[in-house]
Formats: sequence, structure tokens, C-alpha cells
Amino acid sequence: MTVEQISAKERMAIPRQQMREQEPATRARNFAEVNLGFTAELALLEAQRCLRCKSAKCIEGCPVLVNIPRFIGQVADGDLAGAAASLLGDNALPAVTGRVCPQETQCEERCVRGLKGAPVAVGYLERYVADWAREHAAEITSQTPAPPSGKKVAVVGSGPAGLTAAGELVKSGHDVTIYEALHTPGGVLMYGIPEFRLPKDIVRQEVERLQQQGVKIECNVIIGTTYTLPELRAQFDAVFIANGAGLPVFMNVPGENLKGVYSANEYLTRVNLLAAYTFPEADTPVLKGKKVVVIGGGNVAMDSVRTAKRLGADEATIAYRRSKAEMPARVEEVHHAEEEGIVFELLVAPVEVEGNPEHWVTGLKCQRMALGEPDASGRRRPVPIPDSDFVIPADIVVVAVGTRANPLLTATAPDLKLNKWGNIEVDDQGMTSIPGVFAGGDIVRGAATVILAMGDGKTAAKAIDAYLQGA
Amino acid sequence: MHEIISSTLLAPEVTRLVVAAPRIAQIRQAGQFVIVHKGPRAERIPLTIADSDAEAGTITLVIQAVGKSTRDLVALHPGDAIQDIAGPLGKPTELLDAGHAICVGGGVGTAVVYPIAQGLSRHGVRVTSIIGGRSRNLVIYEDELRRQGEVIVCTDDGSYGRHGFVTQALEEVLIAGDIQAVYAVGPVPMMRAVAEMTRPFGVHTIVSLNPVMIDGTGMCGGCRVTVGGETRFACVDGPECDGHLVNFAELADRLGTYRVLEREAVACSDATCKIGKSQ
Repeated sequence: MTVEQISAKERMAIPRQQMREQEPATRARNFAEVNLGFTAELALLEAQRCLRCKSAKCIEGCPVLVNIPRFIGQVADGDLAGAAASLLGDNALPAVTGRVCPQETQCEERCVRGLKGAPVAVGYLERYVADWAREHAAEITSQTPAPPSGKKVAVVGSGPAGLTAAGELVKSGHDVTIYEALHTPGGVLMYGIPEFRLPKDIVRQEVERLQQQGVKIECNVIIGTTYTLPELRAQFDAVFIANGAGLPVFMNVPGENLKGVYSANEYLTRVNLLAAYTFPEADTPVLKGKKVVVIGGGNVAMDSVRTAKRLGADEATIAYRRSKAEMPARVEEVHHAEEEGIVFELLVAPVEVEGNPEHWVTGLKCQRMALGEPDASGRRRPVPIPDSDFVIPADIVVVAVGTRANPLLTATAPDLKLNKWGNIEVDDQGMTSIPGVFAGGDIVRGAATVILAMGDGKTAAKAIDAYLQGA
Repeated sequence: MHEIISSTLLAPEVTRLVVAAPRIAQIRQAGQFVIVHKGPRAERIPLTIADSDAEAGTITLVIQAVGKSTRDLVALHPGDAIQDIAGPLGKPTELLDAGHAICVGGGVGTAVVYPIAQGLSRHGVRVTSIIGGRSRNLVIYEDELRRQGEVIVCTDDGSYGRHGFVTQALEEVLIAGDIQAVYAVGPVPMMRAVAEMTRPFGVHTIVSLNPVMIDGTGMCGGCRVTVGGETRFACVDGPECDGHLVNFAELADRLGTYRVLEREAVACSDATCKIGKSQ
């Protein structure tokens, strides 16, 4: 591709390119990916918008420090193979982050072009380059891995933190084995995030790429039961724990154990990991409601409610106790949900799940809330309005109000220091209270994002490498 | 992959599979279970480990073919394989160190109570097993349990052993002796009846719960049961619980969540089979 240099004025005149999407009415009834990606033309135009700032603020906004102006500049110059090599050098899972990162609060928020107009669509370009890379693997010069170090590292969990750490560690020449509790690698990327937002074939391909680079993965191994942490530590020179968030939190309201109440973890795992949306072709069933209420305002709540719509719900409703401004979900997910006809009941708190005499859910009784003074999170605290109870009719209720730390691993590792919530404590290098044992992702942070977990994986990999060189 | 070493029909619809799972065979303890995933498109189902042979690297699973997934598992032949077996999961049984315990097993639950009886007798505890089924051909694990102690067999139709429910025999043993604990595994109504029977005697009663489960590691919360008024996850807090505190009505109700869909799955796979036969 020949690229003509364009003037600064022309560059500034290019508007932010729009992502191509499936029509809302169509996509709300299928599980295919909503976003269709950039064409080569759109990608080139968008890349040309980047000013290639010397002190690139966007990089500071990225938890894995992708050199954004470099790869976007390579796209603008028509060097896709170069862009792919550059991006993959910085980010082990670009096809994933290009789809699920909250760019609007990270790289794109800091983009200079956003000061006057729209920021460069970093996420869309990342996705474009990562997808190109998946189809043109042979054309990409990958970094030559370091010579074998003779050191063995175990990674617990094959979600975003574990995969990222493993990818970085094999690059440094270490012998890496990931232990995964489920039957398929990918962690939350497989069981949690739906097909319509992150196709599972993409996760499989990203995992395979890491395996080709030398990462070994053993599924069906639960650290804490199949092997204890001390057993693992004895067999490896270092361990990285990234076993994720774990146990779903329920609200402790009456009726939560009625038939038709799901945790978001269970609902999404049935549909995503076990393909219950194809039941009875797949053996795992999921209850399909006509009226589904999802409690929560995060990405997991959005994923659940949009899944409900795709499973055939006539009415799929978000019940959230604060207002839209406080919703932790990605802006794009909220926007997509609205386009798909999701109903938002804001400033409401669940009081009780109501059921019929056969113990099936019939509705969610809620109470209206008003916003009071800011709380510890800096968000205005919701305060109940007296006598404001009302019922949202529902046959399925999905609880998506967060998770707490899984105790399976930590219970068998008494030396591992935990905080009061059961999350593992680490220093700024990601090392735990046990020398040589590192941790990152949700087991340290509580429920957070894919990219923050990946950032932890990258930080820990660097620290593990330094630890092993000193060892 | 986990090779099927042997498959034995113990009773109508009840099959014993001996499966290669070396690590689990080495470390599993009484009361623990595994999650079995036969292969692509299969369900993940929890199965309590009935026995193991650490030297041979095998575990024993006793499966009642009640739905499509269990039927698919019992259809496996020696040499076939199960793709995924994860575990051992759940807390091991709290075994007495001395005294006299009763192990009550109903139907396929008898295979689950067997490792408990085995563990108890290894601890030097006197074991009386009371096992039952609807009729003679549904009584399993009698010989194995006899090696652990005394066995009382009950059948609903009187075709073998005593005529009547396990609870009647249980009452007599409770009245007769100094019993330190009762362990009961079987259908929910049986476990509930056992717990009600032992309550006035004040005998500690442990039941093994088998609710709907996906991951077996605490992640899905589908296996939640109410114990002593609080929600517990059977996979990580159990599967064994204090029978006097379990809300059995809720457990039985929740076990019915997928009944209609299960029938659909069976009907659908039967239809597929017929198509296969006509070709």
C-alpha cells in the first residue's frame, strides 16, 4: 500500500471513524459479535488522525503500556506487519483488549485530540491490527525469545492476568505451566464475557498463539485441592497466582433461592462456557425468561441483560441502585444495551424476590432511592425513599452485584497474607508474603477489569524475571 | 483424557465406572467429589467418588442414568475416555475417631456412603450400615459394606432383607445403642426422614447434598442451600452438612429447576438415536 503524506490541516480535518455494527434489532436476537470492525480504509483514515505526540499521554493511560503512537503510526504508514509486531510485543492479548477495554477512561481519555473533538479510536485500531495479525501470522516477525533460563514458573489461572504473565515469562526464556480449574483455558474471557462481545474463537486463537510460544496449559487442575500452593511452590522456581474473583455475592434478601434466580456467574457460565444458548444441541440448559431483571450496573450486569435479550426475553431490565452517571459499565456497553431495547430502572434497590406457590420467580420487589452525600468511593450514596416499594414482574432474576475472594487456594496456604476481604496482599511488584509467590488480577483487586488484570500480569512477570535472575 | 477401565451394571440404571484419574486417586478423601465433563457440548456434572485405587491410579464412580448426561456417561465402554475430570472437590467427611456410627444409604446414595463407612472403620469406629432400595435388584454395595461392619438391608417391597424403609431399622438401632453419629446419603426425602428420626435422639447427623452445580469451585453459586438459616455453597462449604440444619424442602425444590428441560434433552437425544437407527 502506498501512503501519501497528508498535511497537518488535512489530518485535523478527519472526523473520528465510526465502528461498523450489526443493526440493534437484528443483533438483539443473535449471539454474533455486535461490532464488525474497521475496513482497511476506515483504519487508515482513523490512524491518520493520530498526531504521534512525542510525550504520548495515551501510553500513560494504558495499564500494559502499549506504545500507541508507534503502532498507529505504522498503520498510517501502511506497515501492518510492523504495527502487529509492535502491538504484540507490548500486549499479549490485543484482539481481546481491542474489544473489551474501557478505552474511554484510559488511553482515549488522555488523547490530545479529545481536547477539541473526538479522541483517536485507539481501541478500534488495536482491534483492527490484532485481527489482521490473527489472519497474517506468518508475515509478522516475532521477537526472538530469550535463551532458556532453566527456571520453571507456575501460573495459577488462565484468565487475562495469567495469560499475560505467561506470555511475558516465556519471552524471557522461562519454562511456564498454567494450571486452569475449568476444562477450557481463558478464564473470564471464556466463561464470563459473552460471544457477542468477545467471540470465543478469538480467545482460543490467542491462547493457541501463547501455546505455540511455549506456554504449557493443564486444565482441570484446582490449586488448593488437586495440588496445594506449598506443593506447587516446591516444584517451581516461582508461582504467579491469578485465579480470579470467585464466589458470587448475593444480596441476602428474601426469595433469593427461588427457582429462576441466578448469580451472573452461573447465568453467563451456562451460556458462554457451556453454550446453553444452543440447548438441546449442547447438554447444559439455561432457563429462558420472557421477563428478565438483572441487578447491578457493571459490565457483568450489561453482559447478563443483553444475553437475556438474545435468549428471547421480551423485556430485559437493569435494576441499579444509583443513577446512570455512577454506572461502572463501559460506556459502549450501556449505549449498546440501550440501542437493543434494554430497560433501565435506575435508583432502585431490591427488597425481595417474589415467587408463586411452586417457588418460581414472579417478580422483583424494589424500593426507590435518591442520591445523598458522596460515600467512600466518591460516588453519591443511594438513600432509600420511604414507602416507595414497587414490583418489576420477572420470571428470571440475575444477581450481578459483585464477587468475593475464592477461599479454595488460600485455605491451603496459611502463610499467604490476606486482607480482611480474603484478597491476597501484594507489594508494588506483585509479590505476596511468600517469597517467590506473586499474585495479580481479581484475587488481589476484587472485581476489576480485564486490562487491569493484564497490567498486573505484566508487572508481575517483570518482577518474577528479576526475582529469578537474582535467585 | 481419562480412560474407562471397567464398567459394571450394579442395578437397573445404576452403573459403576472405574476411571483413570491418578492424581485424584492418590489424594481423595471420603466425602469428596469430582466434576465430570464427558467432552465437547457435554454438561459438567458432580459425582461423589465411591472408591479409589491409588496404586492403579483409578477412581470409582457410581452413576444412576436419570438424564441425558448420565446416560451418555454410562454408555461408555472400557477403552473409551472421559475428557475432563476435575477434583477432588468439597470438604472431606468429618470422621469419628471412636465409638459407633450408623451409615444409611438409599439407592445410588449407598455407593456414596460406602467410602464414609470405609473411612470410619479404618479409624476404628464400629459401623452399622442400613441400606435400602425399592426392591432387591436395586440394593447395591451390600458386600462392600459388610467388610466394614454389620449391614441391615431394607426393601420397600420386602423382596429382600427387611420389609420397609431404612428409617424403621434406623429407629431400632438408635433405641438399642449408644450411637455417636449418623451419616446418610440418598434421595432428599430419605435424608430428610433420617434427620427427623435422629433429631429427638440428639445424635449428630451428617447428610451429603447433591444440588445443581456447574464449576464445583464456588464460582457459580448454583449449588446454594440453606443450612441453619444461612446460604451455603454445597461445593465449597459441603457437600456434607448437618442434617438437622438443612432446609430439605428448598433443596428438593431447587433440584427440580431443570426437570422440564431435562425431559426435553432426553427426548431430543432419543429422537437422534431413532434417526441413527433408521439409516
